[in-house]
Amino acid sequence: MTRPEDVLVQRLGEVVVGQIRFRDEVTLVVAPERILQALGAAREMGFRLLTDLTAVDRYPAQPRFDVVYLLTSVEPPARMRLMVHLAADQTAPSATSLWPGANWLEREAFDLFGIRFDGHPDLRRILMPDDWEGHPLRKDYPLVEEPVEFQGHTPKVPSQIIPTSKPKHA
Amino acid sequence: MAVTPPPQRGTLISRAGSPAEATEADLRALESNILTTTVDRVVSWARRNSLWPAQFGLACCAIEMIATAQARFDIARFGSEAFRASPRQADLMIVSGRVSQKMAPVVKHIYEQMLDPKWVIAMGDCASCGGVFNNYALVQGVDKLIPVDVYVAGCPPRPEALLYGFLKLQELITQPSRRRR
Repeated sequence: MTRPEDVLVQRLGEVVVGQIRFRDEVTLVVAPERILQALGAAREMGFRLLTDLTAVDRYPAQPRFDVVYLLTSVEPPARMRLMVHLAADQTAPSATSLWPGANWLEREAFDLFGIRFDGHPDLRRILMPDDWEGHPLRKDYPLVEEPVEFQGHTPKVPSQIIPTSKPKHA
Repeated sequence: MAVTPPPQRGTLISRAGSPAEATEADLRALESNILTTTVDRVVSWARRNSLWPAQFGLACCAIEMIATAQARFDIARFGSEAFRASPRQADLMIVSGRVSQKMAPVVKHIYEQMLDPKWVIAMGDCASCGGVFNNYALVQGVDKLIPVDVYVAGCPPRPEALLYGFLKLQELITQPSRRRR
């Protein structure tokens, strides 16, 4: 039986610039200017549910951001991801024309990562206070933490106590 | 016509016709009906035994707070089952859960809407000191916003722990001078 995501890859053709297959899960990488076309095709194919829309900051790697669309098809049952790579100053088109529910998800990605979505009806912060400065889930956002009062520990700041691991993509 | 003199101050009016006829039994009955105390003690006794918590929950600790109000743990045993959705009708604030930066002004607003006298229990590690979340999103302890009377440790604290904190608060109310503000 052909899997719906394979049919989608065939139908999209050269729109798909990369494929990641991991443990039977498919992630299609699409150029930012073609993502709406790809999302629309996926939606027509039966991936009617936008489960989540989120982002990844790969700082200091380039391009810096991934925007990830998690799609679900109820019948036939299938899941897949679409991904867009964005440079720090790049924007992605808003998916609100396809899924009105993308509104808040894109606001969240904007609030926490500072990614802008073109054509979004109301791109404001959603989780952090309106007058917050910066985007807290960016890798270069400072850890605003308070010193702890563990006895006999110097330094007192948690992130300096915990040994840091190097980012994989550095 | 015989005139009965008005009873003098301090004399006992008993079933006997005149003070001289008051029996020992009359005096004992009177003594067992008089209670001497101070106004402070009576008032704090009344306050202590009918605390009305504000009805709101912030996170997972709220689930334990709800369980505390239900039959198994039954906060009604201590006179505090009337959770009020309006802060105007509440005098106890149980901060049950983490306080996010965005929630902070709301929590402070609720506290300011409550009428004096009012008390605050910080329930759980997050409300007490930020817990494991030492980051941008959370206020590191609700005592940065409002004065806290009792801190209950736990993540989340069991209902028994909350009830213990509650009894500690009742102790505190009986001794207002011990209160830090």
